[in-house]
Amino acid sequence: MSTIILYTVISLSATGIVAALILYFAAQKFKVYENPKIDEVEEELPAANCGGCGFAGCRAFAEALVKAEDLNDFYCPVGGNDTMQMVAKILGKEATLSDPRVAVLLCNGHCEARPKTNVYEGATSCAIASALYGGDTGCQYGCLSHGDCVDVCDFDALHMDTETGLPVVTDANCTACGACVEACPRDLFELRKRAKKDRKIYVACRNEDKGGIAKKNCAVACTGCTKCFKVCPYDAITMENNLAFIDSDKCKLCRKCVPECPTNAIIEIGFPPPKEKKVTETATDNANNKEEVLPGQSKTDQS
Amino acid sequence: MLKTFAKGGIHPPENKYSANQPIVSIVPPDTVTIPVTQHIGAPSKVIVNKGDAVKAGQVIAQSEGFISTNIHASVSGKVVKVDSIVDSSGYKRPAVFIKVEGDEWLEGIDTSDALNENISVSDEEIIPKILEAGIVGMGGATFPSHVKLSVPRGKNAEFLVINGVECEPYLTADHQLMMEKGKELITGIQILMRGLRVKNAYVGIENNKKDAIKHLTVLAANHQGIEIVPLQVKYPQGGEKQLIKAILNREVPSGGLPIDVGAVVFNVGTTFAVYEAIQKNKPLIERVLTVTGKSVTKKGNYKVRTGTPMKHVIDAAGGLPEDTGKVISGGPMMGKALNSLEVPVIKGTSGILIIPDEEAHRKPVQPCIRCTKCVQVCPMGLEPYLLQVLSEKSMLERAENEYIMDCIECGSCSYTCPSNRPLLDYIRLGKQQVGKLIRSRKQ
Repeated sequence: MSTIILYTVISLSATGIVAALILYFAAQKFKVYENPKIDEVEEELPAANCGGCGFAGCRAFAEALVKAEDLNDFYCPVGGNDTMQMVAKILGKEATLSDPRVAVLLCNGHCEARPKTNVYEGATSCAIASALYGGDTGCQYGCLSHGDCVDVCDFDALHMDTETGLPVVTDANCTACGACVEACPRDLFELRKRAKKDRKIYVACRNEDKGGIAKKNCAVACTGCTKCFKVCPYDAITMENNLAFIDSDKCKLCRKCVPECPTNAIIEIGFPPPKEKKVTETATDNANNKEEVLPGQSKTDQS
Repeated sequence: MLKTFAKGGIHPPENKYSANQPIVSIVPPDTVTIPVTQHIGAPSKVIVNKGDAVKAGQVIAQSEGFISTNIHASVSGKVVKVDSIVDSSGYKRPAVFIKVEGDEWLEGIDTSDALNENISVSDEEIIPKILEAGIVGMGGATFPSHVKLSVPRGKNAEFLVINGVECEPYLTADHQLMMEKGKELITGIQILMRGLRVKNAYVGIENNKKDAIKHLTVLAANHQGIEIVPLQVKYPQGGEKQLIKAILNREVPSGGLPIDVGAVVFNVGTTFAVYEAIQKNKPLIERVLTVTGKSVTKKGNYKVRTGTPMKHVIDAAGGLPEDTGKVISGGPMMGKALNSLEVPVIKGTSGILIIPDEEAHRKPVQPCIRCTKCVQVCPMGLEPYLLQVLSEKSMLERAENEYIMDCIECGSCSYTCPSNRPLLDYIRLGKQQVGKLIRSRKQ
């Protein structure tokens, strides 16, 4: 009895050792060298696999980073500057830093401003609606409100506002991965430079029609009147295709353009509300006026 | 047993209310808007300026490139502006606005109705003349006809197939054209046969138009090589691939064209336009279309100049009914719902269909129950339920391998789906994206 057990153990052990040896040599023979730095770099990346860097996931990005001569064309929008600096340290290269950005919707055509001219009953997809026709309002450039952008957002930074029918960006969650920019068939998202306290001033319109037509179809459309263009002291505003565009890299958030816009197409976000004290200090006859047109610190801007 | 195509197909209610209504000409409106994109291919280049006086039949936009064609003024008058207008694509496109003054035609155009059966042009002159006249496929696809007639090297045309099927429900314009202009059509067919240098032509007509079959059979009896083929009533028999299968029993290969099996297909409307271009020197500036719908007071077949706003045509047919829910340019299966009645009639507008509100809405979408009805009716032998999901999930390479590009967008799958799934909507999206993928690969 004991001999059977003994032989069994010996023969199985011998088979195991032989198999281990074969596997060992096979592994040596067919070994694929992989730079250990790839793992190190991947560790630093946020593992969001969002594709915002232009590569198929964080692993692919790490491979490309390790292979690259310099890091000029590489940037992880989710991790931002900190991540890129850590990666650069591992690789002993210089990281190109970029300003943090945030997605902004360049359309403010809410239900009241943009009356519906027809009813769409097809599949709930902006891409399909856009391929089919100009949309259920008179504006063929504006938001279609079917939420393709919300579907692609991996970071819970977008949701549809049921009242306005427009998507809303939650700045705190947005990583500027650019998925919504790609998904929007109307090209309505822009990645703008993040300013202090998430303040923003931008032209929320993409309507390239002539002023009169644009305004007829949407009360808050940019008519291309050039008033903001003329008032901007920093040359941050450019005019093209009957549209004003505020370059977020040049804009100093002075807010001079905001009251100039006759259709309120320029939107300001994140600025403090008007201070009661200051309003009461000013002459009573123009206090109401100013409060309406320009809240808060804008008084100094206007004078 | 009548001939038909082998795979799939449906038979929706025919509703051909306007059958046997004589063709009535509609007086041109005050202003016509002629889009410069009325065909597949490159947009034509506008050659008139604001303030120019034009005559009916005068070229206002010239062909740009091989797959493109000329566009003519459909009325006489003054060019008011060159601007953009929403066309049936639902988007703004450049168009020439002409204010109508009188009805003066360019010299050399025979505007009379007199029949001219004597073909005096040489075979070589036919294709340039068809390009000159701006003729495109009038069944709805608007592919420039001179391109179809120019058979590529290495390919050989054996048969001409004339499409008198009119398988779309409601539409009757082609039917009426065959009844009223039979002799002209036979002459048009002879011209096309000479242009293609083929000996045999087949005219496919569905069996719900028995009078047209009889009428054309009598007329064709005197002409060698022209045969009228009665076909079983089945949608989408008017698709060229289905028609070739039905008449010649040949299958166009995946990704191929009819010429790959030796056939060239023309619609009867196009054939009549060819007759007018060659025999009357008249460019394609008016067409016969059906205005129909349950509540339309004067359902009928109307001859309309291109560039006429749909509203003008509908007014001529008794005005827009009160219960209107949807206005469709074309037939109910492949037509496009309009979002404005200012959309102009173009060369490819085969009808204006006005659907009452009670029938105009889609039913709520439910989950797929895997009943395979869509697979059974697909005339191309595809699996629509699968293609829909692949498109929805952006699995484009898989969709390409499942032959999504072979879809002819006939809508039989969406029509038959018991769960009211928007199959064709997604398949169209998938085709668009796969097309992009294929183009990017070629570069």
